[in-house]
Amino acid sequence: MRLAIIVNHPENSDPPTSPAELHKTLIARIAANRDRDAFRALFEHFGPRVKALMVKAGADHAMAEDLVQDVMMTVWRKVELYTPQRGAVGTWIYTIARNARIDRLRRHSSRPYEDLDGLELPSDEPSGEDELQASQQAEQVGEALAELPDEQRRIIELAFIQDKSQSEIADQLALPLGTVKSRMRLAYQKLKARLEHSR
Amino acid sequence: MNVCHHLDDATLLRYASGGLDEAFSTVVASHIAMCDECRHAARSAEAIGGYLLEDGEPEVLSTGAFDRIMERLDSASAPAAEPVAPEPTGDVPLPLRRFVGHSLDAVSWKTVAPGVRKHAIALPSGSASSLYMLSIAPGKAVPEHGHGGDEMTLILSGAYQDALGRFGPGDIADLDEHVEHQPKVEPGEPCICLVATEAPTRFKGLFSRLLQPLVGI
Repeated sequence: MRLAIIVNHPENSDPPTSPAELHKTLIARIAANRDRDAFRALFEHFGPRVKALMVKAGADHAMAEDLVQDVMMTVWRKVELYTPQRGAVGTWIYTIARNARIDRLRRHSSRPYEDLDGLELPSDEPSGEDELQASQQAEQVGEALAELPDEQRRIIELAFIQDKSQSEIADQLALPLGTVKSRMRLAYQKLKARLEHSR
Repeated sequence: MNVCHHLDDATLLRYASGGLDEAFSTVVASHIAMCDECRHAARSAEAIGGYLLEDGEPEVLSTGAFDRIMERLDSASAPAAEPVAPEPTGDVPLPLRRFVGHSLDAVSWKTVAPGVRKHAIALPSGSASSLYMLSIAPGKAVPEHGHGGDEMTLILSGAYQDALGRFGPGDIADLDEHVEHQPKVEPGEPCICLVATEAPTRFKGLFSRLLQPLVGI
């Protein structure tokens, strides 16, 4: 309901055409005006998805809810660091969730894991081509994942969703470490071919 | 930066999915900071996570979740938008600066063998892998060694050569335990590198083995 209201907001003379475009518009409104309606729309979309990610990675519901709060606080505080060449908004939020997951579930350190936030170098200046690519990327990734053999897709899901390390994946699937690595490489090569083809 | 040696594809996926421990992710992030190609590749690999985040079945949030975050936003004493401080220029890649500052000249070294100086980086307790920097004198050869586990070496300045080729600034040797190599630093300037190792490195020869406790690499 709320998304529909925002799409029809009178200030949006050019309504976004896809969810990915809508998310970028919401981010731009938060960055420009600390727009709380835009933040609520983003929270209502991504909050439950971030929670699902944390539960699948082994967090209980209370911890998962806490992590949703942390992740969305980071989105609010660091919204200026989102740039379209980082990919879709969902990809950026995934990386924030991934880092929060590392901090809370695994690392137990007071110093936050900061990764590459804010590391956009001069060569990363946005171009129209990059933005186009970013908006198509999610679709391409979905198609490429669907085409992977089950044994490769399973490894990707264990790594990205269930937060398993390479050696944990090897243990869980009773495979040699080398096999896990080579399946990761094969999966990535197919995904890469698809993503580069989309340029 | 003209980078010739890049990350293994499996490493890119491990980094993007958060599967590397702190020592290895610091080396990978530092390489990515120096290498346009791998930075773009990492962004693409992160898109897998973005897709899977969108694609999964959402979990219903407890009632009032949004109100709670709004309260936190209102009660935060700092302004909501933290100004991004301009980074001082320096030759230390950004992801490494929180450990050693922004200048390689300011790193404190401890001599561990003739021509080899080491700076150990303390990680949170519970980190199984170790992270350290080495400064190896010009012309110095490091004894041939295999690896007891994964090892990654990122060149920050200077260069060395081994059977895999020449490794200069920004290049990463992303090796698994089966690779044996004998790096020799080029004449001229020391080679400063950032290293993550999963397990103590095993040296091959007897003399090298005697050296290992000294070098600690």
